[in-house]
Amino acid sequence: YYYSSMAKDGGVSCLRSSEMLNVGIGGMEPPPLDLDEVHVLAVDDSLVDRIVIERLLRITSCKVTAVDSGWRALEFLGLDNDKASDEFDKLKVDMIITDYCMPGMTGYELLKKIKESSSFRQVPVVIMSSENVLTRIDRCLEEGAEDFLLKPVKLADVKRLRSCLTGDVKLSNGNKRKLPEDSVSVDTSLPPPPLSLTFSTNSSDSSPPLSPVEVFSSPLSSPEDDDDVLTSSPEGSPMSEESPIRRQKMGSPGLD
Amino acid sequence: LMTAKSLASKETVNGRCWFYSDDDDGISVYLNRELHAMNTVVAQLQTQFQDYLVSLYQQGFLDNQFTELRKLQDEGTPDFVAEVVSLFFDDCSKLINSMSRSLERPENVDFKQVDSGVHQLKGSSSSVGARRVKNVCISFKECCDVQNREGCLRCLQQVDYEYKMLKTKLQDLFNLEKQIVQAGGAIPQHFPSYTILRPDIRPCLDA
Repeated sequence: YYYSSMAKDGGVSCLRSSEMLNVGIGGMEPPPLDLDEVHVLAVDDSLVDRIVIERLLRITSCKVTAVDSGWRALEFLGLDNDKASDEFDKLKVDMIITDYCMPGMTGYELLKKIKESSSFRQVPVVIMSSENVLTRIDRCLEEGAEDFLLKPVKLADVKRLRSCLTGDVKLSNGNKRKLPEDSVSVDTSLPPPPLSLTFSTNSSDSSPPLSPVEVFSSPLSSPEDDDDVLTSSPEGSPMSEESPIRRQKMGSPGLD
Repeated sequence: LMTAKSLASKETVNGRCWFYSDDDDGISVYLNRELHAMNTVVAQLQTQFQDYLVSLYQQGFLDNQFTELRKLQDEGTPDFVAEVVSLFFDDCSKLINSMSRSLERPENVDFKQVDSGVHQLKGSSSSVGARRVKNVCISFKECCDVQNREGCLRCLQQVDYEYKMLKTKLQDLFNLEKQIVQAGGAIPQHFPSYTILRPDIRPCLDA
């Protein structure tokens, strides 16, 4: 269920140290672990959306692990059982971005489980949804979501998220510059061996049985707008920055 | 005034043109002529590409999200958009088949399954900028909500038509892209100002 990237340039990295060494991926030389790199866990049941979000994140210099369900995400984080496990203390996840509407476990339920965990409650969780439902947004923010993005997600959205994650800014000479206490702390005493891994996924083989997608009645959702707009600026659409209902952001760029 | 001996030969290796000649003057004259010819061909192809792409937006096949996808493509990932839309079209085919099965028997329609399929289709069409497909999904969902089987069947047929139409259009677009690259040119990335093209559409700045 890990994702091999279409770009074939090293693809998805999984920073789980214990598993790396046990899996024999013939002939593959993993790139060295870069502790300064931001690692994002992306969760979406749609294959198309997973590919797009993965690309969006990688183009903004994040390492990405993409999974297709909340269960996979919990499994990846080691939260799928009640046993506390030491190996997951070494797992470096800087942000989790998840779709809201997913069969089985919604993004909201995943958010709650993450916030209940001692090891990952500090990790910012971003919710994505195709429906602009204020009650849904509020509920997520109240539960501790860092941000809420309206789908389809654009490059400007991810760039903005990325800039909020620059707790550790890597300078060209390799020095790390940290923001004060409210940044995500990276355990710099991690063992050095290379920890990257690429699986190819068969996303149709998810183990828990899927329940039908939740359908939310959304009386507050805005009418479908005809936004086939050509942006004149190739760099980004200024319009998405201005729209007040596209997303709500809670707090400062740092973590609470 | 090139002799047969000085006439340079040209070869394309790995997408780059290599000129061979034992005569320096011959090769420079040849090069200039070749480059001029290439530039003209490339410029024509680029204009063709640009015009075709713009027409797809004007006719409503594509929306801004397709533009966003194109931003994610670069020299290192020249097939990104083509690969994503290909997956989208696979998705369409699968979902349409399963929804068709669910709608097959009038006395036993699984509207929940159909609704789930429409939701997924709407989501992925929105993510790639497939505007017409997405719009059909909106009507489709409405038919589903009121359990209108006839309406659903009509929408199903329409969504099938739309995705196949878009697939053909984009195939033509990607072929143009390939031709540009093979001719040694770069894919145009920028658009002229949209207000000239679609004066009837205003950006949605307010809630």
